Amino acid sequence: MKLSAWQPFEWVVAIRFLQEGKVQTTFILIGIAIGVAVIVFMSALLSGMQSNFVNRVLTGQAHVQVFNPKETVRSLYHLDGGQFDWSTRQVPMQRLKSIDQWQYLLRQLNDMPEIKVVSPSVTGSALVVRGETSRAVTVTGVLPEVYFKVISLPDKTVLGQAQINSESILIGTELALDLGLAVGDKLRLSAANGRQLLLTVTGIFDFGNKGANSRYTFIAFRNAQNLFDLAGGVTVIDLVMHDVYQAEIKSREITMLTGLQADSWIKTNEQFFTAVKAQTTANTAIRFFVALSVGFGIASVLVVSVVQRSREIGILRAMGITRGQVLRVFLLQGGLLGLGGSLLGSGIGATALYLWQHYMRNADGSVMFMLSFDRALLLQAMLLATLTGLLSAYAPALRAAKMDPVLAIKG
Amino acid sequence: MMSVTAMPTTNRSPVLQLNGIRKSFNLGEANETEVLHGIDLTLFPGEFCAVIGPSGSGKSTFLNTIGLLDRPTAGHLRINGVDTTDLNNAQLTDLRGHSIGFVFQYHHLLSAFTALENVVMPMFGDAGLMDEHMQVRGSALLDKVGLTPWLHAKAGHLSGGQQQRVAVARALAMQPTLILADEPTGNLDSKSADSVFELLREVCRDHHTAVLFVTHNPLLSARCDRTIQVVDGLVLA
Repeated sequence: MKLSAWQPFEWVVAIRFLQEGKVQTTFILIGIAIGVAVIVFMSALLSGMQSNFVNRVLTGQAHVQVFNPKETVRSLYHLDGGQFDWSTRQVPMQRLKSIDQWQYLLRQLNDMPEIKVVSPSVTGSALVVRGETSRAVTVTGVLPEVYFKVISLPDKTVLGQAQINSESILIGTELALDLGLAVGDKLRLSAANGRQLLLTVTGIFDFGNKGANSRYTFIAFRNAQNLFDLAGGVTVIDLVMHDVYQAEIKSREITMLTGLQADSWIKTNEQFFTAVKAQTTANTAIRFFVALSVGFGIASVLVVSVVQRSREIGILRAMGITRGQVLRVFLLQGGLLGLGGSLLGSGIGATALYLWQHYMRNADGSVMFMLSFDRALLLQAMLLATLTGLLSAYAPALRAAKMDPVLAIKG
Repeated sequence: MMSVTAMPTTNRSPVLQLNGIRKSFNLGEANETEVLHGIDLTLFPGEFCAVIGPSGSGKSTFLNTIGLLDRPTAGHLRINGVDTTDLNNAQLTDLRGHSIGFVFQYHHLLSAFTALENVVMPMFGDAGLMDEHMQVRGSALLDKVGLTPWLHAKAGHLSGGQQQRVAVARALAMQPTLILADEPTGNLDSKSADSVFELLREVCRDHHTAVLFVTHNPLLSARCDRTIQVVDGLVLA
């Protein structure tokens, strides 16, 4: 490297010192690179797993469901004594009833900018009867034009068509197997109130979940209203948010606003989020300890370098080089090691991600889950490594800057 | 207290003035040791002064104090008329960088750099950024010390004599008024030693640079304008 006009003194000296200690520089760069690669790969793996799970969960469920709160028995209050009546109270049966003023509520929800889709539905339990066999199922009466924006049934339909009209029903693959049903077959739905519907299977779906495939059925909105004796009523309003992670906040807001119960997908998948939290904590701990080991690696190399170069530092100081310049020379070395190592590490991490994508497959040969090489993650890792380099270089750099030139020259 | 005041060789102001310079180590402690016991010395531009004395007599401390690498415990030290007593570290560094050139026994070149880069290093450090004039000046200085063919040779690839010549050229880079040479010929064969000595004499003569030349070689000290002897922290004529 020739000395060029644009190169500052500290930069030139730092680069030359690093170049001269080739073996040391190479080893520490490899060390940093491995650390950064671990961070990049682990982070991408965890975020890939999480987003994959979120996608899987949200393809079969609304972001927020609004419904009537459970009925409770209120305590009687004696006006004269101001005491509660502590007599034994029986928990009431939960009757199926319509959300009060649901059309007005629908307009309110539609006006909220955070909400993308609002879909009313009627949901209840019924028996599917075919010949001598019957199965208990959850019947959801939907308006296909909006409900398919909540759950894309056409994408999940594996046989027939996701067509919902007054005479059709969509059932899951498990239920079809249990009852020996195929597209075009007829079945009878029987509600607890004695009402019945005779419907034709137009489509068979697969949610990727055995329970859902044996329990869920979808019929026309008005059919469900009739079946459950809820003419003009709605039992559930499904919502899709623009930002899925805003669902919990919005659901609380809706509860406060309407007095209805609003459950977000975050709440209904609490265990998943506990696992995510544990994973994130583990990832943070891994990042911290990797950064710590990278930092100590850089610091130890620079401490050795300061000792080795004490005569040179002394002579630089004797010829008028300031303490600040010496400090910057060693800080720069730390920063450059961090930056160089992180670039190398990002490359290794990206290669590892590619290999994961290429070789780690599901039993059917499909990609286990998509991992993305996030630029923000790359920048974050580079920034972290460079900062770690600078921080860990500070102590040796300060030692070099404070070196007594007389002692340094003596060595 | 013994003192030596050089007779001025010219009418110009002195480059170096020492008045009652004392230097103690472990100040205030039980093992406090005074190494320099009150030295007076005046050096004028163009003076070539040999410093002789046995090992452990305080020559290095004497030179380090003059070179502003060590602060005296007492007394006044003036470089080009600037009293250094109240200067802070940054001001001392600046004065040192601009007024004093060092040539050490072990040359102490930066091994990662070429001969030319070593020579321009003081100018580069002072300016912060490289400019072409520095390289031109560095080349001229190396030409002066007879190392033009080795301009771009790494410092480590040069012989001992050549390295010491580079060190002399580097000491001249900032056009100092004073050069402190601490046994620069101590590790050289007689031919190289003579060559380095002559080089410093030439610099002293041509640029009116004052030179303090520490040596154990009586033949070389005899060829200097003046000789001062340091014995047990005192300067003898």
